Amino acid sequence: MNAMTNHRDIYQVLETVLDPEVPVLSVVDLGIVRKVRLDRGTWQVDICPTYSGCPALDVIALDIKVALDQAGFENSQVNYVLDEPWTTDWISESGRKKLKEYGIAPPVGSPDKLAVNPDDRTVPCPICDSTDTVMVSAFGSTACKSLFKCNSCLEPFDYFKCH
Amino acid sequence: MAIHCNPLLHQFILQLADNALVLGHRISEWCGHGPVLEQDIALANIALDHIGQARMYYQLAASFEDGATEDSYPYQRDVRGFRNLLLLEMENKDFGYTLTRSFFYDQFHYLLLEAIIQSDHKALKEIASQAIKEVRYHCRYSSDWMKRLGDGTEESHQRVQKAVDAFYMYTGEFFMPSAADEYMAAEFNINIESIKEKWLENIQAVLQESTLAMPQDTWFQKGGKTGVHTEKLGFLLAELQYIQRAYPNMNW
Repeated sequence: MNAMTNHRDIYQVLETVLDPEVPVLSVVDLGIVRKVRLDRGTWQVDICPTYSGCPALDVIALDIKVALDQAGFENSQVNYVLDEPWTTDWISESGRKKLKEYGIAPPVGSPDKLAVNPDDRTVPCPICDSTDTVMVSAFGSTACKSLFKCNSCLEPFDYFKCH
Repeated sequence: MAIHCNPLLHQFILQLADNALVLGHRISEWCGHGPVLEQDIALANIALDHIGQARMYYQLAASFEDGATEDSYPYQRDVRGFRNLLLLEMENKDFGYTLTRSFFYDQFHYLLLEAIIQSDHKALKEIASQAIKEVRYHCRYSSDWMKRLGDGTEESHQRVQKAVDAFYMYTGEFFMPSAADEYMAAEFNINIESIKEKWLENIQAVLQESTLAMPQDTWFQKGGKTGVHTEKLGFLLAELQYIQRAYPNMNW
C-alpha cells in the first residue's frame, strides 16, 4: 500500500463531502480538516468545529465516515480537535468563489482578534456587487452567517461572517 | 465515581459548563417567541453557542471521571449539584430582563475567557479560545440592546432600568471566589477577583451611554457556586431533565 497515494485519495474523497448547511462548500474548502494520518492501519481524520454549537458537525463527521467507507477506506476514524480555533481565514480561495456564486457573501478580510466588538465592514452584495449594503442582523440562518440587505438591487443576502 | 483530576479543577469546569447550559436553556425558551423574526433567530443562535460551549466543558469534565459522559452532568444531577451563577437561572420575564441578564453576564464572561486564555491550563485554554469568538458577538448584541432600550422610549427605558435594578444584586457572586475559583487562581493563574474592576468600568460605560442609572452599592446574593439555588432552577431542570428522568438512558 502506498501511503502517499492513499493520502491524496483521501483528500479527493473529502473534497466530495459537503457542509450540510452550505452545500456548495466541501469540508476541505471550509478548512475544517486539520490532519489526515495513518495510525496502525486506521486512517485518522482530525476535524475542528466552526462554532461550538454548530449542529452540522456531527453530521459532517458521519458523512466523512460514510464517504471514506464507500471509497474503500473502511478503517477510518473521525476525531474532533480544538487545538487551534477554526477561523474563516482557513476557507480556501475556491471556497470563497463557490460561496459567492451560491449567493452568500464570503468573509471580508480577517477576523480582528483584539476587538471586543467585531467591527463593521463593507460587505459587497454577492448578486450585484454593490457596496451599498446594510446589516439587518448579526445573526442569520445559521451560526456562521449574518443577514444583510442590498440597497441597490434590494435583495436580502447572507454574509459568511469573519470568525 | 472516581475523579482523575483535582476535584476543585473538576468543580471549576462544571461551574463553566453549568453557566453555559443554564443560560443557554433560558435563552432557548425564547425560540418561537421572539419579538420579531430577526431577534428570535439571534436569540436561538446565541442559545446554541452557549449549549455548544456547555458540551465542550461537560466532555472535558467527563474525561476526568470514571463512567461519566457529557450527558451525566446535565441530566443526572439534581439542583444541589449545579454550580451555575444565580443570575443565569433567573426567568426571562420580558425582553428587557432577558437582555439585562445577558448584558451583565456577557461582559463578565468575556473577561473570564480572556483570563482563561492567558492561564496555564491547556484544555481550558483551547475551549476558551473557541468560545471567546462567539462571546464577542454576545457582548455586542446585549450592549447594543441596552442602548436601544435604555435610550429608546419612555416605556422601554423604565422597563430595562427595572431589570438592571432587579438583577444587579446577583452580579456580586461573579467575583466571590468559590473554593474551586481559589484553587484555579493559585494553580493556573485564573483570578476572577482581578477582572472585577474592568467589568464595572465596562458596565458603567454602556449604562451611561444607554441613559440608564448604575444601581447603588447593594447587598449581593450568592449561593449558585456552592449549589444553593433559587427555586427557579428546579423548574428549569424539571423541563430539561424530564425525558431522561422518565426514561433513563433513552436515546433518539
